Amino acid sequence: MGTRSAVGGAGENDEEFRRELVVLIPHLRAFARTLCGDPAAADDLAQDAMLKAWDARASFQLGTNMKAWTFMILRNQFYSEKRRSWRQSQLDQEAAERTLVAADDPEAPVALDELRLALRSLPDEQREALVLVGAGGFAYEEAAEICGCAVGTVKSRVSRARRALQAALEAGSYERDGAPAGEAMGSILADAERLSGAR
Amino acid sequence: MGGTGRGIIALSGGNNQKSARAAGRREAESMIDQSATARREVAVQEEDTALDEARLRQQAIGVKLRQMFDQVVNEPVPDEFLEILRRADQRSAARKV
Repeated sequence: MGTRSAVGGAGENDEEFRRELVVLIPHLRAFARTLCGDPAAADDLAQDAMLKAWDARASFQLGTNMKAWTFMILRNQFYSEKRRSWRQSQLDQEAAERTLVAADDPEAPVALDELRLALRSLPDEQREALVLVGAGGFAYEEAAEICGCAVGTVKSRVSRARRALQAALEAGSYERDGAPAGEAMGSILADAERLSGAR
Repeated sequence: MGGTGRGIIALSGGNNQKSARAAGRREAESMIDQSATARREVAVQEEDTALDEARLRQQAIGVKLRQMFDQVVNEPVPDEFLEILRRADQRSAARKV
């Protein structure tokens, strides 16, 4: 990396950009995982987005929200790939559904599996809105920019997603290893209580 | 309770009867108001409890959602990522030279 400084001004900016991009990789992976489900496909998507961001670094204004910018790139990448090969995405979806349960750590708390499955049952636009606002730490305005829609649209998607998620978890309307999911909400409540200490 | 108002009306006669009836009506109305208020309060309390319960569930879901996301954030980044970025960096450096 020492050779980069010899390039001069542009090189220094590149170096700073690269450092910030590296910091964002774990977040890109997490966002990609919620979009794709399948961990391998998610990492491919995150790598593509990372490369796209790197190639477009000249168009990024240093000091503005790089996390939102890279998330937008990743999201656009996801949907353009999905459009390009609908069949492939169908296969990905099936693979995701298979691996969601199979690839999970058997030691992991049951509640997380349940949530992951319930999250898969949401429409894409509701899921991404909820993930951006509820887990990614984005404000509604930032999420709206990432998704390319109005702030009010994001708000209603998030609230619909929350209601649908709760309903799915309470009803256990999906199946787990061929058996009804059952007490998903109960285990999530218990887990949340444990995590936040005695309530 | 409702009998009190009628009692006043029965005991009073003549000109007083009209005002007593009005007083009784007011009393009865205020009792109806009170019981309506009490019913509303109970309804509000029940609604609050339901809202609290819903809020609790949403909070719990929120906690799990963040946990799910953070679990991936906290995973070690596969070397592949940095390798790909390093190659891209070298490519763009080579173009500039």
